[in-house]
Amino acid sequence: MTIMMLRLGYKYQKFQDRLATCVVYFLTFLTVLPLFLVVGYIVLNGFRHFSLDLLIKNPAPVGEAGGGVLNGIIGSVIIIVIAALMGIPIGVLGGVYLAEAKESRFKHILRIAVEILQGIPSIVIGIVVYLLIVLPMRGFSALAGGVALAIIMLPVIVISTEESLRLVPHELKEAGIALGVPGWRVSLFVVLRTGLGGVISGILLSLSRIAGETAPLLFTVLGSQFFSLKITQPMAALPLQIFNYSISPYPEWHSIGFAVSFLLLIFILTINIMTRTVIEKMSYKRR
Amino acid sequence: MKEDGMKESFIIQVRGLFAYYGRNQVLKNINLNIEENKITAIIGPSGCGKTTLIRCFNRLFEMAPDSSSSGSILYKDNDIALHDPIDLRREIGMVFQRANPFPTMHIYNNVLAGYHLNGRHLKKSDADRIVEETLKKAALWDEVRDKLFQSPQRLSGGQQQRLCIARTIAVCPKVILLDEPCAALDPISTYRIEELMLTLKKDYTIVIVTHNMQQAARVSDYTAFLMLGNLIEFGLTNQIFTSPKNKRTEEYITGRFG
Repeated sequence: MTIMMLRLGYKYQKFQDRLATCVVYFLTFLTVLPLFLVVGYIVLNGFRHFSLDLLIKNPAPVGEAGGGVLNGIIGSVIIIVIAALMGIPIGVLGGVYLAEAKESRFKHILRIAVEILQGIPSIVIGIVVYLLIVLPMRGFSALAGGVALAIIMLPVIVISTEESLRLVPHELKEAGIALGVPGWRVSLFVVLRTGLGGVISGILLSLSRIAGETAPLLFTVLGSQFFSLKITQPMAALPLQIFNYSISPYPEWHSIGFAVSFLLLIFILTINIMTRTVIEKMSYKRR
Repeated sequence: MKEDGMKESFIIQVRGLFAYYGRNQVLKNINLNIEENKITAIIGPSGCGKTTLIRCFNRLFEMAPDSSSSGSILYKDNDIALHDPIDLRREIGMVFQRANPFPTMHIYNNVLAGYHLNGRHLKKSDADRIVEETLKKAALWDEVRDKLFQSPQRLSGGQQQRLCIARTIAVCPKVILLDEPCAALDPISTYRIEELMLTLKKDYTIVIVTHNMQQAARVSDYTAFLMLGNLIEFGLTNQIFTSPKNKRTEEYITGRFG
């Protein structure tokens, strides 16, 4: 009797275990389902319309077939480079400050500010940059777009830098200090150097985040049909081209929109793969 | 202890030192003298303030949040509180409990870290010479001469600890503080480090914190016994281990507690 009850109890436990496993698998499936739907849809529709012309030609005038998005590729690269030149140094130094400086009221406020900044919708940042740069400069420009994207990437870099530097063992820092090295040199050449893998992967993630931003660019870069290298002028950018082609009434433009989406997806995927590699290769491993 | 006329040979003199973490008193009125070119061991049960005491010597203690201290420590007859801490730490080097070579530098650069991190560039010939001489002094040269440009993390724990000693002596300090340098090492590595200390004694003053009483007895000239932040007894190692004056010292070294 008792043995039978034990056996029943055991079977019930086993059933519970199976059930829990099924639920977890199902929820995992639900989580990745949208990813596969979106990526699959873009790959299916985008790859079909993908061609070499897309990469080496500028957009065709309305009514003409063909054309590419070379101006958007170059424009996106220029805008991202502008953003990176501003966002990376400020973000990394801010992260070093938060991780290394003594606790103070200023540091406390700074940390809260960074967290708030991270939560601000990108379109709001676009409007602010529009008011602060586009209006005074009397015109949309790639520069303004770069500033907007720099503001968006800033909190991502600050937070990831701070977190990777906090993982650097305290003993290494003490080793530097005990050698008679000034604190700021230890922060830069020991702590930042040791945590560099994490810092770089944070930078790459922030780049992939801003690569697809559209809303702030609408207010700042505006977009352009033409090829331009002038950073004080409106410029084309891939996300803007996706936006414009997709809301157009022409089926051919829709397909170009998908093809450009596919291109952007590849771009972001490449950055993410690079990030993984950096994390694996450079991250500090404890013995 | 020596008479007053020999005062010059005390490289570090501790005068009425109190130290606190927040409101917690960790050192209570410590008075002791460290003699030049001798090995002074600091022993005592866990939490007695041994590490805190030597971290006061190179002013690493004051870096800890909430720390404060009173009293004075004289280094070469000058109060260290008036000394630039950066310069002081170049004169008083430190080796930590866990070997902590810089993982981002190869062995060669680890030895020269004290120069490189301070932005001092050495001529290649000078750098090569310093690395070789220092690693020889640290009794590590024969083991690493063929892998100077490899990561220090491939070395054994004992080798890493000797690399840390090399890194410390490369910048030519006068005093070396060792904070339980053998705590994580096997007996053979420990033996090698002890041998190394005895040879280094010629050129440096050594202060070693240790849990291991045999180690203190084997290598040190003087021994200080600390308990709960008080300096219970300080004197020649021989005397402390053979005829301790204080009952608590006797109980500790005979293993009755601690």
